[in-house]
Amino acid sequence: MFETITRGLTDALKMLRGRGRLTEANMRDGLRQVRTALLEADVNFNVANEFIERVTQTALGKEVLRSLDPSEQIIQIIYTELAQLMGPVDHRFHFAKDRPTVIMLCGLQGSGKTTTAGKLALLLRDKLGRKPMLVAADLQRPAAVDQLKVLGEQLGIAVYSEGAAVPGGKGPNPISVCQNALTHAKKTLLDTVILDTAGRLHIAEMPMDELKQIDRLVKPDDVFLVCDAMTGQDAVNSSKAFNDALDLNGVILTKLDGDARGGAALSIKEVTKVPIKYIGVGEKLQALEEFHPDRMAQRILGHGDIMGIVEKVQRVQQQLSQEEIQKQQEKLEKGNFTLDDFRKQFETIAKMGNMKELMAQMPGMGQMIPEGEDPDVAVRRIQGMIDSMTKKERRDPDLIDLSRRRRIADGSGTQPHEVKQFLNQFDQVRAIMRQMAQMSMWQRMKMIMGMGKSGMFDPGAMMPKTKIGTGHRKSPKERADERKKKRKQDKRR
Amino acid sequence: MVFRSFFNKIKQGLAKTRDLLSGIFRLKGRVDQKFLDELEKRLYLADVGTVATTEILTQVRQAFLDKEITGDVEKFVKDKLKALLDSPREGIRFAEAGPTVVLVAGVNGSGKTTSIAKLAKYCQDQKKKVIVAACDTFRAAAVEQLTIWSQRLGCEIIKNQQGSDPASVAHDACEAARSRKADVLIVDTAGRLHTQAHLMKELEKIHRVVNKSVPGAPHEVLLVLDATGGQNSISQAEHFKKAIQCTGIVLAKLDGTAKGGAIFGIKQKLNLPVKFVGVGEKLDDLEVFDPEAYVEALFND
Ligand SMILES: Nc1nc2c(ncn2[C@@H]2O[C@H](COP(=O)(O)OP(=O)(O)OP(=O)(O)O)[C@@H](O)[C@H]2O)c(=O)[nH]1
Ligand SMILES: Nc1nc2c(ncn2[C@@H]2O[C@H](COP(=O)(O)OP(=O)(O)OP(=O)(O)O)[C@@H](O)[C@H]2O)c(=O)[nH]1
Ligand SMILES: [Mg+2]
Ligand SMILES: [Mg+2]
Repeated sequence: MFETITRGLTDALKMLRGRGRLTEANMRDGLRQVRTALLEADVNFNVANEFIERVTQTALGKEVLRSLDPSEQIIQIIYTELAQLMGPVDHRFHFAKDRPTVIMLCGLQGSGKTTTAGKLALLLRDKLGRKPMLVAADLQRPAAVDQLKVLGEQLGIAVYSEGAAVPGGKGPNPISVCQNALTHAKKTLLDTVILDTAGRLHIAEMPMDELKQIDRLVKPDDVFLVCDAMTGQDAVNSSKAFNDALDLNGVILTKLDGDARGGAALSIKEVTKVPIKYIGVGEKLQALEEFHPDRMAQRILGHGDIMGIVEKVQRVQQQLSQEEIQKQQEKLEKGNFTLDDFRKQFETIAKMGNMKELMAQMPGMGQMIPEGEDPDVAVRRIQGMIDSMTKKERRDPDLIDLSRRRRIADGSGTQPHEVKQFLNQFDQVRAIMRQMAQMSMWQRMKMIMGMGKSGMFDPGAMMPKTKIGTGHRKSPKERADERKKKRKQDKRR
Repeated sequence: MVFRSFFNKIKQGLAKTRDLLSGIFRLKGRVDQKFLDELEKRLYLADVGTVATTEILTQVRQAFLDKEITGDVEKFVKDKLKALLDSPREGIRFAEAGPTVVLVAGVNGSGKTTSIAKLAKYCQDQKKKVIVAACDTFRAAAVEQLTIWSQRLGCEIIKNQQGSDPASVAHDACEAARSRKADVLIVDTAGRLHTQAHLMKELEKIHRVVNKSVPGAPHEVLLVLDATGGQNSISQAEHFKKAIQCTGIVLAKLDGTAKGGAIFGIKQKLNLPVKFVGVGEKLDDLEVFDPEAYVEALFND
């Protein structure tokens, strides 16, 4: 599959080799192949189209780097975007401090909830030192209670159950089972309660209501959706409905030990924005692993030597920017770092793929991008100001007085005080640059790129977009209030 | 129970709106790129997949490009889709003499055990004496699950404890079916991913044992597919068909919002037809597959 993508892209882009820029027109055919590959991997149709649009926008106008095949550049962008969209990783649980922690599992029929409940209990006990208890809250499916009991026995982990439902409705009900389980956990000093709920369709009103009631009355600290990795286009519908009803904290993707490409992972992440936490890779209770967006991205693209290409592109990019930095370095050592150099530096970094986030981490430059502002816009504003200066001003910013500030502001569509502020910030950058001239090349690279340990090979680490837990799971009422507030705000806009 | 039948509901809905075009065929204007894009989207969102979708789109483009969108286009598309699924509608083919053995397999959690209970009910409704065999000796409480169903059905179950050899349970079940003059023996097997070679070997062994015990058996080998599954279903069908010569598909969980369109690719590639669909968790929630109503449902919003 990956071979099809590479071949398609290479054919479509071979004329560009070593020169020119990536445009919508010259990328179109190649990206169509990528789209087909995503659809074959079960990425949702709409999600796949949006994704291709994103990749186009990111790649647009990029210079074709010398010594690279343009298709390689695009594959690097595709891979990075995919991994970023499915990240960041967050494998934590929200442990309550003063009462047993409650973890609720929910999902469609047969997705793997009961097995995953067993797997989580084992992980929590053996890796995290918790004292777990399993709760048989599926009273519907024949022998669902027995199934959990057998798993509990195999693991030596306590199972709370009140038996199955009785025809006529006189027997136990799932809500009170969960409530009683919590009381029982407190009494027996178990600190983590895992609720195994019955499989249900997201469109079934009563069963979904039941989950909402458990959520309201038992207040789980974590609610996980258990989803089959072989799911097709429908993944967006079900995951959205479960998320709307319960405000999920995470997703567990099961049955990834087969040959499913798992495009549902991207779809679910795009719709719910909740992190995919763990993956199931077998029927055995040890077969639970942490989710890694980079591996998932490779899987969706059909394996092949993706990493080889990605690393090659990054190497070339690094080399090019290193050459640039070297040049500036020589200037610095001579003691003059001008606004021209600064502009170049800005561009170099902006060119380094979709790593605008890096800007924010650059010493001194972070402040130039006001919080909440699109870095693109900020970069353009700053470039505009510099472009409105005369050659002389760029070489010696100290010349710039009030009347020059007004002229520059007019020329760049900014305010004189913004120009002033920028020049002050530039002063600071210049000071830092002088300092840096005394550092080793490696220290400098690290400082400039803010790469440090989080490394560019873990793109997921750079995307703080997803909902990451705050340690406090909001009560349904709090959530409702929040939603109401948000709706009001939306209306006002 | 006819009034709440899944396919009947679709057909009744159609009758009510007989002169209205369904879904995208209501669009006004000509068959242009926009219409083709809409059609493509509709097919992909139903998991129909690249091969069948491309084929349909090419044919519609050739026949109708720049022509007015009329009922003809709708009929053309639906006829093409129905033709892709075409096969005799026969349910289970019963053996002429002796017990009919139905072997049921599929990946984990697809709906095998529940479908077996429904199939048993379907056979009982035809006045057949049914025995079920609990050959999933692996998954926790799988035997208990089928036992509960057999109690509800009032049919006999052949089983052994968890961990025992599934092929020997199958053998015992065949003997029992013969000696007790059962009309139908339905064999449950453990869920397994088609990529697990050793588990596929185990399934082949069950198939062999059944074949040795009852002449001509298994008479039906049904692959249970989850309708929420995507293109991986094709890979499943390929591997299972190769291992145990499947004769048909049970498409379970069609009562959700998923359409299970992978069956087009499976029919095209492997000529494996859908025989039944599962539309709920109860014993009556099984229906003989109806390609016409199914294709209509693809375009129902
Ligand atoms: N190969 C594989 N099988 C799995 C995995 N997780 C679960 N299963 C299997 O999938 C099937 C269904 O799993 P269950 O845990 O019973 O699923 P469930 O969601 O509790 O099902 P219901 O309660 O009926 O809705 C079983 O055969 C499990 O052994 C996995 O990661 N890999
Ligand atoms: N909504 C709906 N649920 C179904 C249908 N068929 C099965 N189920 C449910 O899907 C889940 C799994 O069904 P099983 O029959 O246990 O599946 P299986 O293939 O035997 O599972 P394993 O033996 O663990 O591999 C159960 O919760 C069933 O109630 C269906 O047609 N519609
Ligand atoms: Mg379960
Ligand atoms: Mg089963």
